[in-house]
Amino acid sequence: MSGFLNGLKAGEWRGLILGAVIVALAATLPRFDDGFYLSISVNIMLYAALCTAWSLFSGPTHYVSLATAAFYGLGTYCVGLGIDILPYPLLVLVAALVGALVAGLVGAMTLRISGVYFVIFTFGLAELVRQLVTWTQTKFATAMGLYVFTDFNESHIYWMLLALTAAVFLTGFLINRSRLGFAMTVIGNDETVARHVGIDTARAKIILFMVSGAFIAIAGAITAPRYTYIEPPSAFNPMISFLVVIMSLLGGTRRLWGPLVGVIPFTIAMDFISARFPNHTSIVIGLAFFAIVYLLPNGVTGRLEQLWTKFRTRKPAEHGAVAEKQA
Amino acid sequence: MSAPVLSVSHARKQFGGLVAVNDVSFDVNEGEVIGLIGPNGSGKTTMLNLISGALSPTDGEIRLAGERISGMAAHQIARKGVARTFQLVRVLPSLDAEQNVMAGAVFGHRKLWGREAHELARGLLDLVGLAGRGHSPVSALTYIDQKRVELARALAADPRVLLLDEWLAGLNPSELQIGIALIEKLGREGRTIIMVEHVMDAIRSLCGRCVVMNSGRKIAEGDVDDVLSDPEVVRAYLGDDDDA
Amino acid sequence: MNILVTGILLSGTYALIALGLTLQYGVARIMNLGNGETLVAACFVAFWLYAGLGINPLVGLLLIAPAAFVINWAIYAVALRPLVKRAKNRGQLESDSILATFGLLFLLQGLMLLAFGGEYRSYTFLAERFDIFGYSYGLNRVVAFVAAVIIAAALWFFLYRTRQGTALRAVAVDPNSANLVAIDVARTAAFAFALGGAVTACGGALLSTFYTFNASMGVVFTMKALIIVIMGGVGDLRGAVLAAIILGISETLVASLIDPGLTLAATYGLFILVLLFRPQGIFGRASS
Repeated sequence: MSGFLNGLKAGEWRGLILGAVIVALAATLPRFDDGFYLSISVNIMLYAALCTAWSLFSGPTHYVSLATAAFYGLGTYCVGLGIDILPYPLLVLVAALVGALVAGLVGAMTLRISGVYFVIFTFGLAELVRQLVTWTQTKFATAMGLYVFTDFNESHIYWMLLALTAAVFLTGFLINRSRLGFAMTVIGNDETVARHVGIDTARAKIILFMVSGAFIAIAGAITAPRYTYIEPPSAFNPMISFLVVIMSLLGGTRRLWGPLVGVIPFTIAMDFISARFPNHTSIVIGLAFFAIVYLLPNGVTGRLEQLWTKFRTRKPAEHGAVAEKQA
Repeated sequence: MSAPVLSVSHARKQFGGLVAVNDVSFDVNEGEVIGLIGPNGSGKTTMLNLISGALSPTDGEIRLAGERISGMAAHQIARKGVARTFQLVRVLPSLDAEQNVMAGAVFGHRKLWGREAHELARGLLDLVGLAGRGHSPVSALTYIDQKRVELARALAADPRVLLLDEWLAGLNPSELQIGIALIEKLGREGRTIIMVEHVMDAIRSLCGRCVVMNSGRKIAEGDVDDVLSDPEVVRAYLGDDDDA
Repeated sequence: MNILVTGILLSGTYALIALGLTLQYGVARIMNLGNGETLVAACFVAFWLYAGLGINPLVGLLLIAPAAFVINWAIYAVALRPLVKRAKNRGQLESDSILATFGLLFLLQGLMLLAFGGEYRSYTFLAERFDIFGYSYGLNRVVAFVAAVIIAAALWFFLYRTRQGTALRAVAVDPNSANLVAIDVARTAAFAFALGGAVTACGGALLSTFYTFNASMGVVFTMKALIIVIMGGVGDLRGAVLAAIILGISETLVASLIDPGLTLAATYGLFILVLLFRPQGIFGRASS
């Protein structure tokens, strides 16, 4: 893959600069608040990273991955297990490798066969990993959970997540410009053609899944210090997987920033609902899935782009009608 | 005489109880344009699918320049130098014409990228008669233009063997003339081509040699005129007199 | 031996759930991830019938099964048929139905949580000892197993000895060809979906006689049913039953000999073996 940054078009430069500006602005948030708004911003940033990383794979392939909670939990546990042994930055790297490895294994086993098998496998993956971790904890450790004591406070975690989100976006941007991105576009258009022009479709999907899994595991590693006490049910909470799916699909996965459009309103809404109507969260989530399937198959960004295209192609007719009237 | 560039020996493809290709053997030499003909359902497209790797043979062997390709995955065979067009044209709808053609060059044995790939694609679009149309979205092109894009994409891979699956089907008489002229040009340039066709005029004018299949078996092979006047070939296409 | 029998008894209910899902996925082509909720709903209804009205769960089946049939038919007609109509290819239908049935999963689970709360419930029904080959088992488990066998046999009879059943099997093999021989594919798919729901509900009602259940356990059963269906070969009923037996025995084996907390690992272990060595399942047809 030669010359990542040469040949950038004007629009792409604008996007990069805009992105840098937004990141710089977002980084100033902790100066203004260190209470509720910072806390919810950490949540937003976390899900921004998770959803964008998820969409790196599930966007182009249209395979719904439910493995998010598994990767996230593994990342958290890497930090939990190693916090007394290795320096923190190294643990984050270990988390990324573990995420990539597990993603590689899962991908190699299922992606060569079919997307449905992949969804089913990932459906229970978080549960499976949770069971295995719980079992090893009971066998080899004295307690179920792990204590994580660090000097990180909420602001540090916010900045790390911001850096992670920026890294995910940059990676997505680079992939889209690369041969891998082109390969995924061809696969998304017609997989038979993809194979016949020499694309190893299984390998492309697996690599993409590994990149996605690594980032999600890093997110888990970064947020580990937030919990102080880590135990399997919260680290491997399957709801993480479902929420990531909903937010990404509601926002739309056609664009790199699509999931972000879903993350911000939905995180705030869920915060509100789980506070006011804690027994109704499942119903809200169910309705969200229905909204995605029946109303917004390409998410909000997809729907907006549809309307925009309709609007643009309608204009000449309107002008023609006006001209006729004037004539 | 050097070794054939493509060699099919005793190829067999069975789907459950149905034998679509039954003990078919033939060779293709470098630079030949050969026709693979036969009535509908004779297994011609299945034979192409076996060569391109879309299917793997139940038995038998296919070799490309001496190397065994039967049983390899389609993408590996493509990288070895086999490219094809499809019976129902398969273009990549979300891309423009130039990107469609590029796809052929990026992942094959050439591995072009960036400016080189774009230039190659533009050159090939010129060759197939779509000069300057590189940025048209393929979904907006006419059927024959989409076929041209698909052909350009196959050529972009610089294949050792080009497989054309009824590429001339569905064309009106003037489009047919243009299409035949294009394939003739490719043949003169030295491309090795296997064409599955029903348009007999095209077979007569383009192919030096012909292989005829019927119900999965090869029933004739040789010079086009000889083959087309072979009584068994006639019977395969038209049926027996006493059926009337 | 004890393990073997316990595993087989357990597999009876697993088989019914898997058969229900096989009908829904194999014929109607809907990967119903909300299948487990039908199971749990049936548990609650059986509980309510028994604890509230004193109706024997086996008799309750006569109410639960038709109710589940009707409700699942409605679900198919209202929520899923529009997806079938608009799907341009099978892949799109699969991803759409996965998302829609997720919605169903959460909606039904949410409603049940609201109605019944999250606690575990159980009731005692035929909780006496029953001896087989010198070991004692709960009579409720044995009865549940026998009932499951009867229902599965009835299903087999329906599918292989009646016209309507054969139509279902035809649609499972090839909907387009089935259409050509004057089978109303849309209606058959709806029927299969509804029937699948009814069979799963029977499994749920029987399960409730010996299993402690709560409103959130549907997901685990869906997971296991999915794995059983794939292990057996999608759309194949014998496969589903055989795979259910294998799973029932393996789970019991792992739970007794290794650790009860690793049952899902056992399930996944089998799943991985299938994926690696025979992805089409035990009785599945290898796709070309």
